[in-house]
Amino acid sequence: MSETLQTLLQGRTAIAGHRPWPRYEIDAATWDALGAALAAGEGTLLGLWGDEGLVHMALSAPTLPTPAIVTLAVPDGTFPSVGKHHPPAIRLERAVCDLYGYAAAGAPDARKWLDHGAWGITAPLGSRAPAPLADPVAYDFSPVHGEGLHQIPVGPVHAGIIEPGHFRFTANGEIIARLEERLGYVHKGIDSLTTGCDIDRAARLVARVSGDSTVAASFAFARALESARGISAPPRAVALRGIMAELERIANHLGDIGAVCNDAAFALILAYCGILREKVLAACDRVFGHRLMMDKIVPGGVAHDPSPAELGVILAMLDDIAPLFADVVEEYDDTPSLQDRTCATGVVTPDLVVKWGAGGHVGRASGRDFDARRNLAYAPYDDLGFLVPVFMAGDVDARVRVRIREVEASMEMIRMLIDSLPDGPVRTQATGASAGEGVAVTEAFRGDLLVWLRLDGSRVARCHIRDASWFQWPLLEASIENNIVADFPLCNKSFNCSYSGHDL
Amino acid sequence: MAMIFGFLYELALQGVQMFIVVLIAPLVMGVTRKVRAHLLRRIGPPLLQPYFDIWKLMHKEAVLAHNASWIYRVAPYFVFAVTWVAAALIPTYASGLLFSWSADLIAIVALLGTARFSLALAGMDVGTAFGGLGSSREMMIASLAEPAMLLIVFTVALVAGTTQLSSIAALFSTAAVGLRVSLALALFAMMFVGIAENARIPIDNPATHLELTMVHEAMVLEYSGRHLAMIEAAAQVKLVLYFSLIICLFVPFGMATGERSLAAFAFAMAVYLAKLFVLAALLPVGETALAKMRVFRYPVFLGGAFAAGALAVFLLFVSRGF
Repeated sequence: MSETLQTLLQGRTAIAGHRPWPRYEIDAATWDALGAALAAGEGTLLGLWGDEGLVHMALSAPTLPTPAIVTLAVPDGTFPSVGKHHPPAIRLERAVCDLYGYAAAGAPDARKWLDHGAWGITAPLGSRAPAPLADPVAYDFSPVHGEGLHQIPVGPVHAGIIEPGHFRFTANGEIIARLEERLGYVHKGIDSLTTGCDIDRAARLVARVSGDSTVAASFAFARALESARGISAPPRAVALRGIMAELERIANHLGDIGAVCNDAAFALILAYCGILREKVLAACDRVFGHRLMMDKIVPGGVAHDPSPAELGVILAMLDDIAPLFADVVEEYDDTPSLQDRTCATGVVTPDLVVKWGAGGHVGRASGRDFDARRNLAYAPYDDLGFLVPVFMAGDVDARVRVRIREVEASMEMIRMLIDSLPDGPVRTQATGASAGEGVAVTEAFRGDLLVWLRLDGSRVARCHIRDASWFQWPLLEASIENNIVADFPLCNKSFNCSYSGHDL
Repeated sequence: MAMIFGFLYELALQGVQMFIVVLIAPLVMGVTRKVRAHLLRRIGPPLLQPYFDIWKLMHKEAVLAHNASWIYRVAPYFVFAVTWVAAALIPTYASGLLFSWSADLIAIVALLGTARFSLALAGMDVGTAFGGLGSSREMMIASLAEPAMLLIVFTVALVAGTTQLSSIAALFSTAAVGLRVSLALALFAMMFVGIAENARIPIDNPATHLELTMVHEAMVLEYSGRHLAMIEAAAQVKLVLYFSLIICLFVPFGMATGERSLAAFAFAMAVYLAKLFVLAALLPVGETALAKMRVFRYPVFLGGAFAAGALAVFLLFVSRGF
């Protein structure tokens, strides 16, 4: 294990046709050593997913010029567990095992993750062996020992209109000793559905993984596909993509800021944020023809070229909401009873966010200065100066403040992008037959969203989406320990992890 | 003949007193919700929506857990009955009514304690995690609110020389009592206790859907149909009870204390209703400006009420003039 991550990958020949980052085929010993190197803090795990007879792992490290993908063949159906060294990989390995049947040897947790026994088969992307239906309730939650502890099961069906997920609290009175999540209730089989389907259909599926991140997912898919094809979208389309991505970020952050405050029973800010969010979505609808801008980013460009008048609608909307948003921020700052709830609640320590590579507001609220738009710079952000807010406190308040600053930064970015919007076409030909592999990471409002795909002619041979939530959900468990039960909704809302994007 | 007629007249007055608190309660809740909705830039449900809701719940099937015991089934009716009795004992528009001598302020506190106890038992009866959570929080609030409430009772009793509400109201509506520091402190404590007892913001959020943060709602989470209707009605009556208590103790002016004519009673009733709706409109104004507090902050909030009550009592020990 003395080898560093850099030396492990040095001098290897990258697989041809994989763009823009290299992909290496490695052996089991190197795979295992990479896991140990990740655990030693040399790099960040970006993703781990299965493929036919293969497992892939994406990682980045300060010593590597770009992120890299490593691939291990699994002829006998097992691969060395990364999770035994590096806990962030555990759930990803469990998902690989559920979908492909490839077991992670030595993994600390062999329980099912996505497979709740309701499929009638095992390994839908692997053996597809028939399996008896199992009771989805049966699940061995990790035992917690101690005096005076009691369990509170919450979900998967919640009282509010939110996505399903089960939370098992072990509490001592009001103090939470342990929270264990169980997810997978919104598994839709996206990995299976995208396998072997044509590009247009794959793009539409990816756009529907999670409605709140539809622009970011389409953006990542389009970039991955364009990389695989070796083409690039026209400059005007790229700028329009940036405008859409920032509009989506503003709308979602506004919703989150209001929702966090509402969970502290401060409904006033929710009401105001609701109005602001509606103004944003209504403008999106007028300009792009869809409130969430679903399917507006397409491989090769964008589906709609807004006229100058339509761009004026966006600018007018920004002028409208900017002073109102400033009022909301002032209201948040001036309400001590609200900050009494958010400050020092649900603290995530900086070492945890670094270890898990948590992106988005979760990472940036705990001092991880990472933003895919800047650190893995892509057009149109690569020549756009913008502020990446970072806070150190790691509490609910910090996560709210990251969002507040990001809304302001995004409004500024949209103005800059519209000001310098180039003329020209908004779409290039992206269909046609060619092979290749592509990968892209975009910054969704939750954090870095990775899309990897392999093309086979005019079809998608394999497409994998890794939402930022994979590395944020486990931190929610950590953040709530020693907090009180009644503060969980507040913490949960401040994370606002995706269920649908995670369960795929 | 005149005696019987006079008795029936008094009985009718008492009957009006008993039924007004129940019949007006959903409307008071409706006003509270409407004002809150307007403060949040929403239109809000119709003023009469709470009546429709109770009517709807009355006609819905009541779903019971398999392991629910008789306590669970009886509790809603018991809670409603006890709360109603307590509310009916508070002079609203007239003092010296027929039954007003049957119980005093301490009895009202005890009745409310009984209602809370049975609801907490019912919350734990079905054995769900939320019921137990709600019951334990409710008892925590009760253990903090009841001492403060008793100190308010002592303050008022020391000033008035009695715990009989009817006499207190009659005395306080005269100029003889005057402005007193002790009563101001008691009013302050009373508002805090009333907020806690009625599960309002910042102690509890009656509108939340988040099971983990609930207090009152967590206890009654499993109730449905007519049982839930009873519990909702009891909660609405309890709100009217506390409003009436504040009106009776601190702003009894306009109450019919002497003249027994129909016109005097009608005027007193109008004054009472006006005061009730002013309070119902003021409550959400305060609620909108505050976030819900942490569970472990309750002692600070209710400790403030206790401290105010204690200060009022001490002041009165120093001099009856305070």
